[in-house]
Amino acid sequence: MSASAPVLQRPPSGARAALLRQLADGWHAYRQHVMGMVGLALVVLLLVVALFAPWIAPFDPNVQDLQQRLLPPSALYWFGTDHLGRDVFSRVVFGARTTVEIVLLVTIIVAPVGLVIGTTAGYAGGLVDEVLMRITDIFLAFPGLVLALGFAAALGPGLTNATIAIALTAWPPIARLARAETLSLRKADFIAAVRLQGATPSRIVLRHILPLCIPSVIVRVTLNMAGVILTAAGLGFLGLGAQPPLSEWGAMVSSGRQFMIDSPWVVAAPGLAIAAITLAFNLAGDALRDVLDPRGDR
Amino acid sequence: MAQPLVAVRELRVGFRTKAGIVDAVRGVGFDLGREKLGIVGESGSGKSTVGRALMRLLPRSAAVRAERLAVCGTDVLTASDRTMRDIRGGRIGLIMQDPKYSLNPVVTVGEQIAEVFRLHRPEYAGKRAAREATLSILEQVKIRDPERVASLYPHQVSGGMGQRVMIASVLAGGPDVLIADEPTSALDVTVRLEVLALLDELVASRGLGLIFISHDLNLVRKFCDRVLIMYAGRVVEALAARDLGNATHPYTRGLLASMPHIHEPRDPLPTLVRDPAWREPA
Amino acid sequence: MSAASRPSQAPADEAGAEDHSERLAVLGRVAGRILSIVLTLLGLLLLTFTMGRLLPADPVLAITGAEVNKATYDRVYQELGLDRPVWEQFLTYLGKVLRGDLGVSATTGHSVLTDLAHVFPATLELAMVAVVTGVLIGVPLGIVAAVNRGKPIDHVARIIGLAGHSVPIFWLGLMALLLFYAKLHWVDASGRLSVFYEGMMEPVTGLLLLDTAMARDWDMFRDVVSHIALPGLLLGYYSVAYISRMTRSFVLEQLNQEYVVAARAKGLSTFQIVWRHVFKNIRVQLLTIVALTLGGLLDGAVLIETVFGWPGLGQYLTRGLTMNDMNVVMGAVLLTGTLFVTINLITDRLYKVLDARTR
Repeated sequence: MSASAPVLQRPPSGARAALLRQLADGWHAYRQHVMGMVGLALVVLLLVVALFAPWIAPFDPNVQDLQQRLLPPSALYWFGTDHLGRDVFSRVVFGARTTVEIVLLVTIIVAPVGLVIGTTAGYAGGLVDEVLMRITDIFLAFPGLVLALGFAAALGPGLTNATIAIALTAWPPIARLARAETLSLRKADFIAAVRLQGATPSRIVLRHILPLCIPSVIVRVTLNMAGVILTAAGLGFLGLGAQPPLSEWGAMVSSGRQFMIDSPWVVAAPGLAIAAITLAFNLAGDALRDVLDPRGDR
Repeated sequence: MAQPLVAVRELRVGFRTKAGIVDAVRGVGFDLGREKLGIVGESGSGKSTVGRALMRLLPRSAAVRAERLAVCGTDVLTASDRTMRDIRGGRIGLIMQDPKYSLNPVVTVGEQIAEVFRLHRPEYAGKRAAREATLSILEQVKIRDPERVASLYPHQVSGGMGQRVMIASVLAGGPDVLIADEPTSALDVTVRLEVLALLDELVASRGLGLIFISHDLNLVRKFCDRVLIMYAGRVVEALAARDLGNATHPYTRGLLASMPHIHEPRDPLPTLVRDPAWREPA
Repeated sequence: MSAASRPSQAPADEAGAEDHSERLAVLGRVAGRILSIVLTLLGLLLLTFTMGRLLPADPVLAITGAEVNKATYDRVYQELGLDRPVWEQFLTYLGKVLRGDLGVSATTGHSVLTDLAHVFPATLELAMVAVVTGVLIGVPLGIVAAVNRGKPIDHVARIIGLAGHSVPIFWLGLMALLLFYAKLHWVDASGRLSVFYEGMMEPVTGLLLLDTAMARDWDMFRDVVSHIALPGLLLGYYSVAYISRMTRSFVLEQLNQEYVVAARAKGLSTFQIVWRHVFKNIRVQLLTIVALTLGGLLDGAVLIETVFGWPGLGQYLTRGLTMNDMNVVMGAVLLTGTLFVTINLITDRLYKVLDARTR
């Protein structure tokens, strides 16, 4: 019915070229996705704001000025000031840094941990697989926030600990995914070939299987990022995340609570920031899913 | 015949896809009386699309145009949704390829027939009447133990029996026209002939018009009165089944030539060489 | 079923052996499943135990208070078993939990089990309102969106879903309070009941909506509704987002099936097709989704309870966390985990039973 896919018309000249072409094709498909592009733009905006926060923010986010408490938004204070006279806009801008730190740190912890556990379980099979998957199941047996709460409290409040706590709850789905990928790769001819050449299992897993699982794991981590940000904000709101005076959106909402009725801006601004960036990751994730799995629903 | 059961003139169907519009049917025309009309073509030739266009069953991405597209005198292109629902099942029924997929897996066989009675036959609208009618039609499609079969789920019946059930559910609406879209392709060879014989008998005894869509020229030649040969969305040749031997179009001749004969072994069997010129009107 | 069935004249003893080994296999599967449940629960306990041991606060000081002399400290230290090896402490913990002893809360002074029994119905009631909201709105919304795929209503449903996945629930709760409580005075702000009614109702089920309705105390019922409406609906909104999205994709998957074309060819309307044919095919999947939502609601409940001062499991847990009340944290986390596992287990069984009937 339809013409043959363009991918088939150009024979790949090498693995790297094929990968680049795949990426280019993927990017081409992604660009068609309006909402996905909106999400991506917002994510880029977040990164830019986080990177250049000191230059973007008009005020020092931590300098208190009790003369200027709870001022409504104005030309000088775009989002108003909070109960300590700090500029809310500047704090929201610096809060972007905190969010990016959490996102990066969670990715850096979760992706390798999930990959190693998942590929090991998948390749080794048998008892190792059974034990590792049982552990994964136990972590999955808790609702994410409750588990993160427990760990955050156990490790002590603070941004790093909160991030580790989130990472502890975020790796099981990644490990499951890596395991499934490994199971499908394990029987492949090229793995058999490597094995016949005398490669050790650890070498096969690390050099040959794990790299092939990386793309799908990265995609999955991106898809889960919206949830990570919401959990982080929840921890911050409950006082178990970043500690004052560090700007963190969830904590800002929490500290603004008691002034909310008369000064709603102290709560509205950070909340909208969380919503916007979570929405951005959701939109980008949806678009990514559509591109990677075109037969799925839109 | 005063008015044909189905009248098609210059039917065109295009599908909107990401790569632009793909024309699946490009100017097809035919009439159907109380006869067995075969439509033969390879996959992608547009034969199934013609059948579904007649019932307005194509997806939203399809653009259907025609000078005339009528079933039992009703214009399918302009009819209201309400009218179409009466026509579908009531005047024209569709037998699909594989009962494994065309029967709902979680609804009993009997219920899938009974609902057609309740929908199209006011005289069987009651629960008990619909059930009795169901059992009787199951008997007519030669199912031995209708009581038991009616209470089965589709996965509990064999392919041949499933297709009989499918035929029963289509006949339940009392249609004048049947479209059978590759009705035996998914069946075991041994049951194929039984199902065909059943279909033949039912069409004859009820005086229906049948559109028999198939890729199997030999089968159509034996089973149908008249044959349309489709290629690339067009009817390249239309002739009586018994005249197939005198077909003139090179595509038809090619199809006939590439069929093996038990009495005249040929080696190698000729393959069909497609001429781009066939895509265009002669 | 198929024409080529296996030879039916198999020797009787062979058939018997086959039957026997089959039964053994079934037995093995059941044993395996039970073992896996036991292991999961054991892991759950190990995890909560670790969590409790990791808590930075000194469990002794939590009981004795900061000012304590060395002798008392050492005595409590020993009483808590903290001088024993860790594995022994775990076994002791295990034994206590099995006997239903979750320890005593340092802040409330009650046994944690009593406290949990007291706070759990509040969370359950909240979750019930949320799930009912989620199903009543989410399922129809998902169906309508799927049937009208690509049309405006589909986009509306998509936006509702996206917002539900993106807006932090604690923030939405605060904004809702600002609007409906502070500005419009439509609802009551905090807790399950107005102070006036506090303690007037002897709990029967612990679910105040049920208790007051059974007592036909409609004034009090109205008061309960006014308190639960906002947190319940907000929590429900999050399940609407999830349920509608999943329903939509289930229905879309079904609409691509051949039997739907067959049903349309029979002359059924879209409504009849969805209701009589599609819905029967997705109800088991929907059940799973609803159960999963129930687990996810526990997350949202922790936050929404904090915002609305709802005296439930979530608030109990967060209080325990801020007060460094180890037994409370361990108890609440354990209960949540056990609930989650149980829900998943029941769903899984139900899925298999319902699915096996027709497939």
